[in-house]
Amino acid sequence: MTSENTLLEEFVQREYAHGFVTDIEADAIAPGLSEDVVRLISSKKNEPEWLLQWRLKAYRHWLTLEEPNWHNVKYPPIDYQASIYYSAPKQRPKLNSLDEVDPILLETYEKLGISLHEQKILANVAVDAVFDSVSIATTYRETLEKHGVIFRPFSEAVHDHPELVKKYLGSVVPYSDNFFASLNSAVFSDGSFCYIPKGVRCPMELSTYFRINAQNTGQFERTLIIAEEGAYVSYLEGCTAPKRDENQLHAAVVELVALDDAQIKYSTVQNWYPGDAEGKGGIYNFVTKRGACRGQNSKISWTQVETGSAITWKYPSVILQGDNSVGEFYSVAVTANHQQADTGTKMIHIGKNTKSTIISKGISAGVGQNNYRGEVKMMKGATNARNFSQCDSLLIGDRCGAHTFPYIEVRNSTAKVEHEASTSKVGEDQIYYLRQRGLSTEDAVNMIVNGFCKEVYDLLPMEFAVEARKLLSVSLEGSVG
Amino acid sequence: MIATENETYQEQHATFQLQFSPAWLVELRQRGFDAFTRLGIPTKTLEDWRFTNIAPLVRRPYALASLAHSDDETTNDEIKALVQQATLDEEFHRLVFINGRYSDEWSLMHDLSVGVVIDNLGNAICDHPSDVQTLLASDHKLDDSTFAALNTAFINDGAFIDIPDGVVLDRPVHLVFLSIGSNHTVSHPRNLIRVGKHSKAHVIESYLGHGDAYFTNAITQVTLEESAELDHHKLQHEQVGALHIALTGVDQRTSSRFRSHYFSFGASLARNELNCVLDGEQIETTLNGLYMPKGDQLMDCRTRIDHAKPHCKSYELYKGILDDRAKGVFNGKIFVHQDAQKTDAKQSNQALLLSDDAVVNTKPQLEIYADDVRCTHGATIGALDEDALYYLRSRGVPAELARKILIFAFANDVVQGVELPAVRRHLESVLLSGHELSEDILSRRT
Repeated sequence: MTSENTLLEEFVQREYAHGFVTDIEADAIAPGLSEDVVRLISSKKNEPEWLLQWRLKAYRHWLTLEEPNWHNVKYPPIDYQASIYYSAPKQRPKLNSLDEVDPILLETYEKLGISLHEQKILANVAVDAVFDSVSIATTYRETLEKHGVIFRPFSEAVHDHPELVKKYLGSVVPYSDNFFASLNSAVFSDGSFCYIPKGVRCPMELSTYFRINAQNTGQFERTLIIAEEGAYVSYLEGCTAPKRDENQLHAAVVELVALDDAQIKYSTVQNWYPGDAEGKGGIYNFVTKRGACRGQNSKISWTQVETGSAITWKYPSVILQGDNSVGEFYSVAVTANHQQADTGTKMIHIGKNTKSTIISKGISAGVGQNNYRGEVKMMKGATNARNFSQCDSLLIGDRCGAHTFPYIEVRNSTAKVEHEASTSKVGEDQIYYLRQRGLSTEDAVNMIVNGFCKEVYDLLPMEFAVEARKLLSVSLEGSVG
Repeated sequence: MIATENETYQEQHATFQLQFSPAWLVELRQRGFDAFTRLGIPTKTLEDWRFTNIAPLVRRPYALASLAHSDDETTNDEIKALVQQATLDEEFHRLVFINGRYSDEWSLMHDLSVGVVIDNLGNAICDHPSDVQTLLASDHKLDDSTFAALNTAFINDGAFIDIPDGVVLDRPVHLVFLSIGSNHTVSHPRNLIRVGKHSKAHVIESYLGHGDAYFTNAITQVTLEESAELDHHKLQHEQVGALHIALTGVDQRTSSRFRSHYFSFGASLARNELNCVLDGEQIETTLNGLYMPKGDQLMDCRTRIDHAKPHCKSYELYKGILDDRAKGVFNGKIFVHQDAQKTDAKQSNQALLLSDDAVVNTKPQLEIYADDVRCTHGATIGALDEDALYYLRSRGVPAELARKILIFAFANDVVQGVELPAVRRHLESVLLSGHELSEDILSRRT
């Protein structure tokens, strides 16, 4: 036990590798939230009247809501009046190439190992880098435009394609959906908008790097992806954030719409600042992600690797409306130190022959608490619908927790639901076996954990899979059970 | 609305408290009533009642069921018929409770070994007040439940079984609870069972009734001392139209073994809560259950296993068969405390949906705070296996019969876990007659 403890301690004392602050003057408004703030955000972004009205409706609805308390995570009450709801880096010239981007920003990205240059050249990825709340540079836009793909910051899409935004905004996650979604609807700063026209297979993987920078700024991203009939898109989202002492609130909303035969693949690697060894600081991540398979034979799949944040609260869901539509959820969630995660998915089967797969891998170490909370619903019309869920938890250390709360509701007799869950620790015999063959305990654990998560990693786009593996081994270094 | 409910119950309770009882009991009941008032009737907004809408059913307060007059001939015949229906084996000790009160006339007691007490609670309160007090005081999360509090407020009678150390009870104890001639009345049986060190017993609880719209609100508290063993069976055959709410709380000490067999057939709404606390090492707990709602029945099965100490095992298998517009709720929680290393817990819930109007809500939960454990749960919901149907049909079994055979086999899995042949036979015949199958099916088995 003693050697385990030393290793654990070592791990616990690890500093957050991505903790640094970029010193850029930020254009922030005073902390606090009121109708005036909502109006101010809207006017700063030059938004049309209908969007302002929508924000105000959301804000007024938010006032009537109470913060949810059903989740199994604990945190001190959040003072919503203490947050800053808008912040944009002050210099914001329209840029034509990356050379014009503030070198300090580029340096930040380089420290994170996600250099735009490199990605541009090597990975053939168009990156819409969201730095704090305003997009700095967008690459590959022309290539995308040639194919008719619209991929741009939300604030620009509102002006360029108001009809699309108006039609789909809030159509999957209405402004009244939940406490955090309402808050986001009222004050969302920016985000990504993506539209794939009929029959187009998006020529490249789309990616956005979210980053929280200015201190005390809640980030309220809003992402909207629409895949028209027969379209295909793979969207990547990755996050790291600098070290902070105060908790930062993040309440994002992601909406996906897939029409007939369309496919959306949404991948996330989340590595926000989780707080220090005592659980001080860290990001509060309250996210509402939902996709609607509106059309027949459509498919939405969520893949996520969650290693960061002090609190993760997210349930990427799929509403399977169209007949034969498919929903998938693959997740790896790691909680170490004082991290808490309450995450899972919702699969709502409405159409005939709809199928969903849920694979969730939770890893708890230190005093981390990991919850899987998922719902599978087979509505009356979901003839021959099928679900398979598997939730496995791995425990490392005797003070962590792993909890599973699945909800299953079936209203159709031809529907078939299978759910299985298991919780266990890293087997001593497995470690022994690997050590016999010359591996250090560390490497053995890494290997076992990676094997445990393999099913999910295999589904990540290649460059993300590499990053995810790296993240996981860094997060779990030294934590041997 | 809540106010009028409470007023009615308040009045009832005041009258009830007037009867002569020891001071500690009066005080306990008062505490129960205060808790009931504080908790109020649960609504669907509470997580524990999310799928079971009880409020409309208890909106009109139930009157306390009065003693059945057995000098009345029709009542007498009704009781006789029900007792006959309930009887499993004349060799069993049989305690009959009518409208929540012990009936000497219908009970059947055989000789008991020295030190064994099998009595009704009314007597035990006088004869063994300190034992009763201790057993009543054991915590089974009674404080959190409105209906448990209501039961405590009206504690009066029930079974009292106290088996001393080192006794293997030679015959099972059968507790029969009848509700008779009742019109919107409620009974609150409270059963206390203690099995001493290295002792062993079988207990069966049967619930039956005559007449509609009555309400049974039962609590059974079980304490198993070191290395004690208990097989607990519950056969819920309430009249359709009745409301059945029950809580069984089990406290287990080191090396004890508890096996629960729950079978739910009757009532318009049946909610059964089973809480086991494994407070010692090397404990084994097995929970088996079968619920078969049809028509407009709702059956809500809740289990909670608290692994408080290391090296314990728990197995759970609950199966549901739902037909017509029935609703089934399963809520199973396995809670592993930080100290409970080397826990081995398995839970499985399977539901068979025979109609598109039936609804299943399943919520298996694992809450684990220790690391060196093996915990699994599985839940499956679906229709009958087409391949199995095809197999039977290809061998000349008509479609309808094949269907029945498969349903029977699905349910029989749980029945075969019952050790007592008399209980098993009873359940088999219930299943067979429910599906109009002949006994031949059983005799053909190898």
